[in-house]
Amino acid sequence: MGKQIVKLTVNGEEHELLAEPRELLIHVLREKLNITGPHVGCETSHCGACTVDMNGRSVKSCTVFAAQADGAEITTVEGLGTPDNLHVLQEMFKEHHGLQCGFCTPGMITRAHRLLQENPNPTEEEVRFGMAGNICRCTGYQNIVKSILAAAAELNAAREAAQ
Amino acid sequence: MIPSRFEYYRPDDIRGALAVLNEHGDDARVMAGGHSLIPMMKLRMAEVPHLIDLQGIAELRGIAIDGAEISIGAMTTQHDLIAHAGLADAAPILREAALQIADPQVRYMGTVGGNVANGDPGNDMPGLMQCLDARFELVGADGTREVAARDFYEAAYMTARDDEELLTRIRFTATGAGYAYEKQKRKIGDYATAACAALISRDGDRIGSASVAMTNLSDVPVWSQAAGDALVGSTGDAAAIKAATDAALADIDPTGDNRGPVEFKKHVAGIIISRAIARALSRA
Repeated sequence: MGKQIVKLTVNGEEHELLAEPRELLIHVLREKLNITGPHVGCETSHCGACTVDMNGRSVKSCTVFAAQADGAEITTVEGLGTPDNLHVLQEMFKEHHGLQCGFCTPGMITRAHRLLQENPNPTEEEVRFGMAGNICRCTGYQNIVKSILAAAAELNAAREAAQ
Repeated sequence: MIPSRFEYYRPDDIRGALAVLNEHGDDARVMAGGHSLIPMMKLRMAEVPHLIDLQGIAELRGIAIDGAEISIGAMTTQHDLIAHAGLADAAPILREAALQIADPQVRYMGTVGGNVANGDPGNDMPGLMQCLDARFELVGADGTREVAARDFYEAAYMTARDDEELLTRIRFTATGAGYAYEKQKRKIGDYATAACAALISRDGDRIGSASVAMTNLSDVPVWSQAAGDALVGSTGDAAAIKAATDAALADIDPTGDNRGPVEFKKHVAGIIISRAIARALSRA
C-alpha cells in the first residue's frame, strides 16, 4: 500500500509525483504542487470551496483520490487569469462585489467558468441552479449571480465582435 | 479527513474487476463516482483495504436506445443522463429525477449504477427504477443474470447483488406515460425527506395504467401496487388521487431522524405523492 506515481496536467503544466492512493486531490494540489487557489472548506463535499475543473467537469477535489485523478487534466483558478491579466469572471466579480472575504471565490469562479462553457447565455435561474454546489456565507449570492451574468454578457459581446 | 490506507486498482475490463473482488472478498469494494463511498471512507465509517476504481472500464459506459428498449451503463453519470437528448425524449422522468440529485459537481461524478447498487434508502434512482420496472444486470464469475429493481432491495444497504458481483447495466422499456418525480428536501445536497415517482397513462377518459414508487420513506424503496390499482379505471379525479395517496401511505414505514419525526414524514409524503400523481396525470 505504498505510494504510487500520479501524473497530472494542471493549468497546462505536466506534473509527475508520488502520492498514496488515499491522498485527496485537494491536498496534492495545495501541499505538493503549491497550487493554493482551491481551498479546503467543509471537507464533506458540500461547500464547493475546493472546486477544480477535471477533464472538463467541475469536481470537488476533497472527494477525489489522488490515484483517481491519475492522468487527468486539471484547471484551477490560477489557470484562468493572473493578477495582471484577470479573467473576465474575475474582473466581473471585482466590479460587481461578487466577493467579500474571498474564501469561496476560487471555487465559485472555477465552477462559473465551466457553467458558461456549457451554457454561454444562462438566465438568472440557470446561474443559481448551476452554482448550487458552491456555498458563500458573505454575499447572500445576489452579487455573485450578477457577476456571472455580467461575465456571460461580456464574453458573448467579445465573441460577437470577433466574428 | 483522510481515509485509512488502501490498495488501489483501476482495471480496464469487467474481468479484471471481478478478479480483484474474488481474490479479496469482503476486503474489496468497487467504486463508481465515489461520492457516497469516499465520504464514508473519510469518516472511517467504511474501511476498504482494496479499492477497485471502475472509471477505466469502457463497457460500463454508454446509453443505448433501441426503439423502446433502453440500456444504460452503470458508469453513466447523472450529468450524462441529463445531457443525453435521446434519453430526455424516450424517458423524461430520468432527467427530471437526475436534476434533483445533489448539486452540479456531484452530478458530474455520481453514477446511476452507484446510485442503484449502493442500497442507500436516500438514493433517488432505486425508487425511480422500481417505478419504471427496470432490470439490473449483474455479472459475476459464474455468469450474467438479471434482477428486477422491484426484487433487488432487501434492507438498507442490503441488496440481491452478491459481494462478488458487479452491477453492470440497467435496462427498461420506455413508455409514453405521463411522468413526474417529486422530491422534498431540506436543502441542496440533502437526501429526500420524501420523494415519489409516478408514471400514468390514459385509456380514453379513464386511467389505463399507473405506477407509483417512493424514496426514503422505508429502509428500501417502495413500489406501491395498491396505489397504482387505486388509479387504474378511475378518471383521475380528486377522489382517485386521494385513494391512491392513502394506499401509498399504507405501504411506507418511515423512521424519525434529523429530517423530522414519523408524523411529519407521513404528512410530507402525502403531499409529495399527491403532487406526483397530479403532475403525471397532467402530462398523460
